[in-house]
Amino acid sequence: MATFMPLKQAVADNLRDGDTAAFEGFTHLIPTAAAHEAIRQGIKDLTLVRMTPDVVYDQMIGMGLAKKLVFSYAGNPGVGLLRRMRDAVENAYPRPIELEEHSHAAMANAYEAGAAGLPCAVFRGYLGAELARVNANIKQVTCPFSGEVLAAVPAVRPDATFIHAQKADRKGNVLIEGIIGIQKEAVLAAKRAVVTVEEVVEDFSDLHPNLTILPHWAITAVSVVPGGAHPSYTHGYYPRDNATYLEWDKIAADRELFRAWMDENVIKATPEDFAARVATLGAV
Amino acid sequence: MSDRGFTPNEMMTIAASRALKGDDVCFVGIGAPSAACNVARLTHAPDITLIYESGTIGTAPDVLPLSIGDGELCETAVTTVSVPEMFRYWLQGGRITIGFLGAAQLDRFGNINTTVIGDYDNPKTRLPGGGGAPEIASSAQKIYVTMAQSKRGMVDKIDFYTSFGHGEGGDHRKRIGIDTEGPALLITDLAIWEPDPETKEFTVVSLHPGVSREQVQETCGWTVKFADGVDETPAPTALELKTLRDLKARTEAAHKGAAGSGAKKGSKDG
Repeated sequence: MATFMPLKQAVADNLRDGDTAAFEGFTHLIPTAAAHEAIRQGIKDLTLVRMTPDVVYDQMIGMGLAKKLVFSYAGNPGVGLLRRMRDAVENAYPRPIELEEHSHAAMANAYEAGAAGLPCAVFRGYLGAELARVNANIKQVTCPFSGEVLAAVPAVRPDATFIHAQKADRKGNVLIEGIIGIQKEAVLAAKRAVVTVEEVVEDFSDLHPNLTILPHWAITAVSVVPGGAHPSYTHGYYPRDNATYLEWDKIAADRELFRAWMDENVIKATPEDFAARVATLGAV
Repeated sequence: MSDRGFTPNEMMTIAASRALKGDDVCFVGIGAPSAACNVARLTHAPDITLIYESGTIGTAPDVLPLSIGDGELCETAVTTVSVPEMFRYWLQGGRITIGFLGAAQLDRFGNINTTVIGDYDNPKTRLPGGGGAPEIASSAQKIYVTMAQSKRGMVDKIDFYTSFGHGEGGDHRKRIGIDTEGPALLITDLAIWEPDPETKEFTVVSLHPGVSREQVQETCGWTVKFADGVDETPAPTALELKTLRDLKARTEAAHKGAAGSGAKKGSKDG
């Protein structure tokens, strides 16, 4: 049953040292405010899961929160590489990080299997792909009906999933629209799910019957954080702050510059600061 | 810009766009493939279906997306589906005719590396990884590859098989249970390449205007094979060039400024 609470409390109640945690978002609706709160609370030894770790995972890895990353594409979209993650992988700075690397198809199937309560996902994939050599969690199964050899990967079952969405109603039902990515599966696969939203509305009556709505009883906590996806975007509210993604490349390239930026913009900041960051992006 | 009035990169994008047809269903990689696919849509193939892995099917962006999940892709799409649906029903289901990929490293058989330079466990450079490519490479009916030529990029031996092309050549795909065609076309800034029907090694079939065989060899890490009759790629038309340059100018303006695209606040459900 979803409980409305401040983000600080939602993170403190639902994310613990050593957890497997997914902060999901496929370019759109990335839960930046929730990830920043986790950084402020100094959560340690996380296994971070995400299909497309980008700037916010670069920040969490750079601040030493993660012992392991499960992923399928780690980059700053359209810009280049994740420099803090590279420093962790190539130089073990600020700590070594273990990688479990998959393809998008594998991760999508693994989340779906988690949501469906299955132990593993089966799909046609990794044919001739070398990830199968370096990742012990990529195995093969033979279809008992056709004999076709298929790929199998374990289901993703996060202890906690964090997502950002457009809005909740008074009961805590959550509406998510636009590029919906993997968020529904990530929420349903998790033991606990925290959703940050742009706003709360009275109810969702008179909306299209096939919208993506997560019922309140499938969610643990809802926190209202306007602008909480910045520099990602929220369809219908504010656009993607491409300039910030471009700028990140320079900040992340230097350990000290990175640390100073994090102190200024994350450690000393609050969830309430996000609204001002998207206010200048222009109405959409 | 050369004195021919277009750059090698413009020639590459336009040559790649010409390979696409109106009835293609194309899974679009970001970067060079995205530009080529949209030039095709804006010139000779207005009905082409462009699909980005963020779940947008039949999208028609006015500017090139910086990422595969930009808002405009969704707003202009016929429909937007979840990521698992995209990979399961549409890609794995066999509904994609062309997978259009870029590459950090490519070999002569169209095998692609976007994972690491050097050893996987102790990499010299950790690249972003495969994303959708491993299954695009095996599930799309055909693969087109586009990249600018360099000895660093076009190598004798790739460091990691992120996605499987023709493997060691010949019928290697079939031997490991892949029944799709695989790499069928390589478009670089200097030439158009097609796989040899038997060996599957990429072979130059057309040189872009003014490009010599030596230039192609100097920027390629393996010994280049040329087809018996090598054509000259037709130069970009005025319409093709204008379409590409307008698209790039709109894109640059949109990505520089703060205000990108997004649905209207207060729209029916937003």
